[in-house]
Amino acid sequence: MRELYFRLPGTLGALLLLVGGLLATPAQAQDDILNELEQQTPPSTTSSVVDATFKSSRLINGHTIQTPGKGTMVFLISHRFGTLNSGPYNFFGLDQATIRLGLEYGFTDRLTVGVGRSSLEKTLDSFVKYKALRQSTGAHAMPVSVTLFASSALTTLRYNDQVEHTLARRMTYSYQGLIARKFSPALSLQLMPTLIHRNLVATDQDPHDVYAVGFGGRQKLTKRTSLNLEYYYLVPATKPSEVRNSLAVGFDIETGGHVFQLHVTNSQGMIEKFFVANTQGNFFKGDLYFGFNVNRNFTLRTQDKFSK
Amino acid sequence: MKHCYSWLCMALLLGVSSSASAQRYSTRTGSVSFFSVSIMEDIEAKTDQAAALLDMQTAQVAFAIPIRTFEFKRTLMQEHFNENYMESDRFPKATFKGRVTNLNVDLLHKGGPQRVSVEGDLTLHGITRRVQTTGSLEVASGRLLVHTLFSVAPADYGIDVPLLVREHIAKIVTVRVSMACDPVSPVTLAQP
Repeated sequence: MRELYFRLPGTLGALLLLVGGLLATPAQAQDDILNELEQQTPPSTTSSVVDATFKSSRLINGHTIQTPGKGTMVFLISHRFGTLNSGPYNFFGLDQATIRLGLEYGFTDRLTVGVGRSSLEKTLDSFVKYKALRQSTGAHAMPVSVTLFASSALTTLRYNDQVEHTLARRMTYSYQGLIARKFSPALSLQLMPTLIHRNLVATDQDPHDVYAVGFGGRQKLTKRTSLNLEYYYLVPATKPSEVRNSLAVGFDIETGGHVFQLHVTNSQGMIEKFFVANTQGNFFKGDLYFGFNVNRNFTLRTQDKFSK
Repeated sequence: MKHCYSWLCMALLLGVSSSASAQRYSTRTGSVSFFSVSIMEDIEAKTDQAAALLDMQTAQVAFAIPIRTFEFKRTLMQEHFNENYMESDRFPKATFKGRVTNLNVDLLHKGGPQRVSVEGDLTLHGITRRVQTTGSLEVASGRLLVHTLFSVAPADYGIDVPLLVREHIAKIVTVRVSMACDPVSPVTLAQP
C-alpha cells in the first residue's frame, strides 16, 4: 500500500495518505515505521569488508591472504607422512613423517609475524605477512584482497660434504603476492605469484631465483568444511632440474577454535622453499604425501572495546 | 521528491493534532550488546550502530541492527558469528517492529523513567517471531532514553550449533539495548 503512494502524483498521493492514515490498521502502520527506518540507512552507501575468504592462514602448503587478526596467536602443527606408494613395509608412508611447528601472531588486523621449524633439513623459518588490500562491497568496492608475504629460511643441518656451509649459504628467501577473491560465501580463489631466492644451489645450471605462479581455492561443502586445491606452476625459464610443480588437494574442517586440514600433495616440505622450489614427487605416479595441518587460535589481547 | 509532498501533508496533519512536544525520536548510534554464559566460554559482543525509530503518538517502535557491526572479544568468534551462525551475507540485519502496549505519553513528558511493555516481531537470521518484553522509556533533556533487556534462544531462529561446540554456546542469549534517541520531525525524516 505504501509503495502505491509513491507512484501516484504528489497531491493525489497526499490525499490517499490522509485517507489511508485514517483507515490503516496498526499492523500496516508498523510495517511503515520499519520501512521508514530502513530508508534512513540505505545499505548501498555503507562499505563493508569481505572477510573469512579462507578458514585458515594456509590454503594447503602455502599461505592464504588470511591473517589472524589483532591480538590473536595461532599455533600451527603441520605434518606430512611418507609417500603412499612406499609400500606395506613402510605402512604406506605412515612410518616416516616430517613436521613443522609454527607460531604466528597478529600485531594488527593486517600485520602478522610468524616463526616455524621444519624437521625437513632442520629448517628454521620466519615470515612477515601484510594484508595490503581488503576486498569490500558497497561504496568504493575493492574486488580483491591482496596480502604481501616475505619469508626467510635457515637450514641448520650438519652437512658432511666439501662445501663450506656459511650462514649466507644456508639462507633461502621467499616473496609472494597473494591475490584472492571471495566470489560467494562458498567459493574463494587465490592467485600467488612467487619468487624463491636460493643463496646456494646444487649446480651451476640451477637458477638462484625460481619464479612460480600458484593458484588455488576453496569450495565450501558445508558451513564448516571445504574442499581445497593448490597448484604451483614453475616458470620454465627458471625451473630447477628434477623439480616438479606442486599439486595439493585438501579438505578443511573447522570446529570452534580449531581448523583441521587434511590433504594429499606431491610436496614433502611445508614452507615455500621446499614445496615451490623443491617438489620431487610425481602426483600421478603415487608419490603422494598424506598430511594435515592443525590450527589452534589463542586470543592474547582482546579487541580494544573489551580491554579494561 | 514525490513523497516529500505526502510527508508535508502528514506534518500538517500532525501539527494540528499534536502538542508542541516531539512525537518521534530516532537514532543511528544505539548500543546493543549480547552475552551468553556457558561452562566453557563466555561470549560477549557489542555494537554502537543500531538504528531505531520510535513514534510516541502511535506507540510504534522499530529497530534495525546491522549484524556485521557486532564486535567480539576474539576476532575468530566474530568471524564464526558472521560466517557460520548468523550468515550475515544473507541476513545482514536484525529488525524489530512492534508497539508499546501501555504507553502513557503525558507521564513520559513529565519526566522520570516509565516501565513499558513492548510486543512485536523480531526478525533474526531471516526468521520472524512474535516476541514480548519489558523495558523503560524516559525523556531527559529532550532525548528519549530507551532501555531493554531480553532473552533470545538461537535455536528459535534456525541458528544451529554443531554438536562439537554445543557446550560452548549457551541455549539462551541475553540481549541488552540502550539508546538515546533525538527528536525528529516528520519532514526531515522524509528527506534522505
